[in-house]
Amino acid sequence: MSEVFRRYGAPLGLMILLLTGIWVVAMVVLPYFVMVEYSFHPNLPGPEIGGPKDIYTLDNYASLFRGIDILAWDFPDDFRVFLRTIWGSAVVTAVCLVVCYPVAFYLAKVATPDRVGFLLLLLVVPFWINEILRTFSWYIILAFNGPLNAVLLALGLLDKPVRWLSGSGGVLIGMTYAFLLFMMFPLYNALQTLDRNQIEAARDLGAPGWRIHWRIVIPHAKPGIAVGCIMVFVLAASSYVVPALLGSPGTRWFTETIYQWFFEGQNWPRGSAYAFVLLGLCVAFILAMMRIFRVGLTDIAK
Amino acid sequence: MSQDVELDGVTMRFGAVTAVRDVSLVVKAGEFFSFLGPSGCGKTTILRILSGFTEPSAGAVRIGGRDMAGIGPNGRPTALIFQNLALFPLMSVWENIAFGLEVRGVGKAERRKRAEALLDLIALPDAADKRIDELSGGMKQRVAIARALAVEPQVMLLDEPLSALDLKLRQHMRAELRAIQKKTGVTFIYITHDQGEAFTMSDRVAVMSRGVLEQVGPPKAIYDDPATPFVATFVGENNAFTGPVALLADGVAAVETPFGPLRGRAGPGLASGAAAVLFVRPERLREATPGDGANRLAGRVTHVDFEGNFANVFLKGPDGSAILVQLANDGSGEPPPEGATMDIAFDPANAVVLPDGPRARS
Repeated sequence: MSEVFRRYGAPLGLMILLLTGIWVVAMVVLPYFVMVEYSFHPNLPGPEIGGPKDIYTLDNYASLFRGIDILAWDFPDDFRVFLRTIWGSAVVTAVCLVVCYPVAFYLAKVATPDRVGFLLLLLVVPFWINEILRTFSWYIILAFNGPLNAVLLALGLLDKPVRWLSGSGGVLIGMTYAFLLFMMFPLYNALQTLDRNQIEAARDLGAPGWRIHWRIVIPHAKPGIAVGCIMVFVLAASSYVVPALLGSPGTRWFTETIYQWFFEGQNWPRGSAYAFVLLGLCVAFILAMMRIFRVGLTDIAK
Repeated sequence: MSQDVELDGVTMRFGAVTAVRDVSLVVKAGEFFSFLGPSGCGKTTILRILSGFTEPSAGAVRIGGRDMAGIGPNGRPTALIFQNLALFPLMSVWENIAFGLEVRGVGKAERRKRAEALLDLIALPDAADKRIDELSGGMKQRVAIARALAVEPQVMLLDEPLSALDLKLRQHMRAELRAIQKKTGVTFIYITHDQGEAFTMSDRVAVMSRGVLEQVGPPKAIYDDPATPFVATFVGENNAFTGPVALLADGVAAVETPFGPLRGRAGPGLASGAAAVLFVRPERLREATPGDGANRLAGRVTHVDFEGNFANVFLKGPDGSAILVQLANDGSGEPPPEGATMDIAFDPANAVVLPDGPRARS
């Protein structure tokens, strides 16, 4: 804070702080505060807002969990969607990790510098295209009469075409593709800082490849793994475009449920409450990752 | 326990560059052997070839008579100590030391026991559960040695491991390394560009230049009887006097220099009339006495560096050549003042004459 004043002088420094303050309050704090406020009120018609029925209530939050019967393994629709979102995001995260680790290791520790530049360019180029267009291209690729089925049939790997888009498959494939780089770069950055001599020392002491990865490389990459997992999970759980385009009616995502409560159900309090449940899920996941990988907030910020 | 290491015509080419050219030598079991040379002389390449990280372009490496071709670093009876040590920062000290045992499937209790025994050997008995970043430079050094010793190698390979330490600690670690080597009896092959390190620790030293083995021998032989002009100039200080060989008889050669004929012991490969260099160490030059007949020269004192136990006197000969005389501060007299003319002489037995050739860059 004093650094700002020292660098820019009192008038300009004050201005910078003031503008930043207005930005934070108006764009971040106030909207959230309004949403929090909404989420604890019943959904009332306009005239009754502020009236005697407008009380603080936890009903909007409770409604997500109401009707759960674990013994009968029976869940209400919204909660079923919530569970599917957690499960699907976890699967996407795991697949991204498995796909990215070998690539990131190759880029960081094996490939020559020229080749790294070229490969990184290849990785990044598709992401210069708008997310909706990219997702639509997967819609075309995965279509019943699309190129993927055609190729697999031509290669004799399939007897009859598969309906990729009817289950969760399309959503999971689309999300893995959409969020791959958010796993790749944290992993690549973490692995880049690993001293090659560490790998050679382990090899010299007799360690086979898998043990070098298990004992030396993966522990070193932990902060990168944690950051990558957090990014991908949070992005997947809060993704709207991919499930909307590649999903089927049976594979609704929790973001779509929130959207429906807001705009189709015209129930902003319920929508707000659900949005905070999603936020809570993401925060819980972040805390769990930090605990599992024993990394602090500062490691993640790096 | 330890075995001979044999390099047989080892050559290493990287594209058009030949980093190591036809190096053949035998390091005897239990020996402390150093490769000494300036950076880029090929010594690190030799170490990587010995440890198995690089396969030579030609020639063979044999350890205990067994050809090492095709055997990777994890299959060789060698252990490498890296220049930056490459300790595993995320493991405790004892886990570092026991890593090689973990790889070999030794149980945890046994691993811990052997790590503690090694910690006793390196005089760090209480460090087992410390983190690597809690150790000082010298302690890290010793842990790296213990980690390498844990796999009971027949040959230890050390890549300038002392270069990161300050002078005092470096000198202390020299003695310690030597002591550990004596105690364990393992063959040590040490890479360095520091002649003090090579000389104080080694049984024998190999001097390398531009990928070629210049000379192999005990430190004193390397210093007193250099085989090539490179060794004479790279190891320690030397005065060089160039000229054709004027006389060659009974192991003594005379070189026709601007100071007149100077005589010294004849090195190998000299021919009468051929270009030659006479090398004489600064500490073997002395002030001339009236009795000195031959091997006399004179120069003007340009300046004097007083170092404490000795003084370096820099002279300029009549032809402009620089001469360095080292006078011991032994109470026999004062060094001459600047500008004075100094008459110096040396015994032919204290000089060596070699065929002219490339010298070390100073």
